[in-house]
Amino acid sequence: MGVIRLGRVELRVMDLEKSVDYYTRIIGLEETGRDEERVYLKAWDEYDHHSVILQQADSAGMDHFGFKVKRLEDLDELEKKAEYFGVFTNRLSYGTRLGEGQAVRLELPTGHFVELYHEIEHLGTPMGTLNPHPFPEPEILRGIAPHRLDHVLLTGDDIEAVTRFFIDILDFRQSEKIMTVDGEMMIGSFLFKTNTAHDVAFIKGPDAKLHHAAFFVDNWYDVLKAADILTRNEVPIEVTPTRHGISRGETIYFFDPSGNRNEAFASGYMTYADFPTITWTEDKIGQGIFYHRRALIESFQKALT
Amino acid sequence: MFTVKFMRHTYVCRPEENLLEAARKCHIPLPVGCCSGGCGMCKVKVVEGAFTLGICSKAVLSEWDREANCVLACKTYPSSDMEVTLESI
Repeated sequence: MGVIRLGRVELRVMDLEKSVDYYTRIIGLEETGRDEERVYLKAWDEYDHHSVILQQADSAGMDHFGFKVKRLEDLDELEKKAEYFGVFTNRLSYGTRLGEGQAVRLELPTGHFVELYHEIEHLGTPMGTLNPHPFPEPEILRGIAPHRLDHVLLTGDDIEAVTRFFIDILDFRQSEKIMTVDGEMMIGSFLFKTNTAHDVAFIKGPDAKLHHAAFFVDNWYDVLKAADILTRNEVPIEVTPTRHGISRGETIYFFDPSGNRNEAFASGYMTYADFPTITWTEDKIGQGIFYHRRALIESFQKALT
Repeated sequence: MFTVKFMRHTYVCRPEENLLEAARKCHIPLPVGCCSGGCGMCKVKVVEGAFTLGICSKAVLSEWDREANCVLACKTYPSSDMEVTLESI
């Protein structure tokens, strides 16, 4: 029962068609549908109708991110638990968005909106599920061509409260945390429900802001190849390929046409139910985030949408 | 080719270039963020000069900002010589 995985993120974009071009041709997602103000996309290795929704808006940022739950009944149960925790919840009816059933929408202590859902149209992958090839036909693979949406990282003021919500209400575990040097305050929290290093993470900063949405690629070479594709297409790159200390992942950060930060993320360790929480102290945060550079850069802390 | 004054610095900017891009080429210390009109890090106030402004997020460049002649440097293209200053000053 409960949450299975991160299922979707809805991003606000200021020029819908330019953004669709970026997310399909450069990131390499597939458009699976559109309505008046939204376009729905999925990666080639994802089965559900969409994992990314682009919403035409006058500001950049994230409308919500969503977790798929195992059973429809889980919505009732998690809704009650969330209300008991003290967060505001409401229901979205069937068909609010293309291909989706009903959802419970709730507001986190950090001001971000989360949706819990079970029903979503199943489209499958080009390889199918019977004696499949490992990859689709080459003409289907475009741009960076990630396997899937991997995680989101968000900023907020009360990192302890949002961590408690994910652990106590949604049954997540914490893979890593960043603490002030005196150990008094948590300023970073990396949380997982699957077997990845993080499905969602929070770092201290202004409430309700998106730091980045990350897509999973296979390996270090694919991160380098992503950098080549981004430069070829004049996409602003913030951090060229490097490694994270936190998660051990390989990474490149860049921005979509509305300034929403994206990441192509590879590798990273595997987590499991008895995985201990790794602690970083604030004085080592530079090495934790950029393992080679060992220092943060101004935009990484301040460029938020 | 236009001349842009920013605080104690002066640099040149072509009309098809935005103020931030040209500043970076000359190592002018204008804050660099998303370079896409979304994060607001490069918000500056136009003291003087004509320009065209591309799409900027209203969350970081409000109507009030726009009326006060604030812009995001990454989306500002000069059509005359310009003077800009940090928005908070």
